[in-house]
Amino acid sequence: MAPSAATLRTTPLHQTHCRLGARMVEFGGWNMPVQYSGILEEHRAVRTRAGLFDVSHMGRIVVRGREAGRLIDTVTAGPGSALKPGQARYSALLYDHGGFVDDILVHKIAEDHFFLCVNASNQDKDYQRIAEHNTFDAVLEIPDQAQLAIQGPFALAALQKLTPVDLSAIGYYHFVHGGLLCGVSAEIARTGYTGEDGFEVYIPSSDAPRIWDMILEAGAEFGIQPCGLGARNTLRLEAAMALYGHEIDASTTPFDAGLGWIVDLKKTEFLGRDALVKQKQRGVTRRLTGFEMKGRGIGRDGYEVLIDGVPMGWVTSGGPAPTLNKNIGLCYLPQALSEPGRTMHVMVRGTPVEAVTVATPFYKRGK
Amino acid sequence: VPEYPEDLRYTKEHEWVRIEGDAGTVGITFHAQKELGDIVYIDMPKIGTVVERGKSIGSVESVKAVSEIFSPVSGEVTAVNELLATAPEKLNVDPYGVAWLVKMRLTAPAELAQLLSAADYRKFVEAE
Repeated sequence: MAPSAATLRTTPLHQTHCRLGARMVEFGGWNMPVQYSGILEEHRAVRTRAGLFDVSHMGRIVVRGREAGRLIDTVTAGPGSALKPGQARYSALLYDHGGFVDDILVHKIAEDHFFLCVNASNQDKDYQRIAEHNTFDAVLEIPDQAQLAIQGPFALAALQKLTPVDLSAIGYYHFVHGGLLCGVSAEIARTGYTGEDGFEVYIPSSDAPRIWDMILEAGAEFGIQPCGLGARNTLRLEAAMALYGHEIDASTTPFDAGLGWIVDLKKTEFLGRDALVKQKQRGVTRRLTGFEMKGRGIGRDGYEVLIDGVPMGWVTSGGPAPTLNKNIGLCYLPQALSEPGRTMHVMVRGTPVEAVTVATPFYKRGK
Repeated sequence: VPEYPEDLRYTKEHEWVRIEGDAGTVGITFHAQKELGDIVYIDMPKIGTVVERGKSIGSVESVKAVSEIFSPVSGEVTAVNELLATAPEKLNVDPYGVAWLVKMRLTAPAELAQLLSAADYRKFVEAE
């Protein structure tokens, strides 16, 4: 049974969302805005102007200690201690069998200080997994922070009005620790989940409503709009970014999901490494593949995929791509059948509808 | 847009029907389109399809989700709204006007007694 509204967690911006007339939904145990003005309009705002998202439901775990880097190296599939201070990296916590505990962002503040951004519904098991392997005397903390994403071609211009930090000097997947934003100390990261340029900022919860309002005011001249999880999903799908519970889960490895690039097999030891090495030797059998609908209909999560009339895979995410004016999706197919240009059919409520495999990402912003 | 026009009859699945003699025009309600959000696809039955009350006659698909349309009355489909094939977003704008879904010839007019009035439907939505 779905949790009732009373048991759902709310972000520090709950009142703000209600005041703005957002439609609220349950997501990962949280009561979150799915849309304000409408998903398509918010999607376009991010592609052409700027959008502001409350993503405070995302989990945050701070890791401190002299050997914090070694703990990160052990529990994540990608680099930890090898990152430079101020660098962020898309990475994963894996089970011993190679499946995802979670996909995460690792931020290295200093040799003895990291923070992880993790999925809302996975924070508890992530924390537990890390704590279980903490033989390094590291201290784990869950900070009382809100997280906002400012995304779009004018995100930088809008946010720059509120901080003395030179935002243009922050490289992609880098961040500034303790930068002043609206007068308070924040993490300001050039990261995002939309396929656009933009920032994610981590701020004290108590300052979140004030900073949210100030960003909307600063961005008004650029046409900024508050955006909900609906647009966040259509944007990430166009950019072919994975969503936990859809493209990736405990039964999926990074190689299956086309995320081999996040894995650093040169690290001699990390959780899940042995399984990944074995999988590599055996060969990857299925592959996350992009598709475009040719016939009328949308292939949605869980729908069956047929090739030459034979069930061969399933859709993990699907929907309209507002920027491309097409219906797109991601599906798992046998590796040998996953190259772009192959005709396939998606079973849309009992009817096979034609589609074709395509290269991803579906959308890539111009430089 | 009025949210609950007085001259229509409603279902708890958020369809409406406008009765003129033995003909009925069917659509989805203001509340339904609002819940669905931006509508991108509508699947409708072929002309001549014979449907029973409460059975699916198609689906409405928004950016987020798919929702079945259940026929509020029994009858034969005499027209489908071709406008919606190319302009499904009209359902978000004018669900009781240009964005009707199908027209039907009613075969069991006695069923109409089981549909909700505007006032009862409003009460149902507000309590939901």
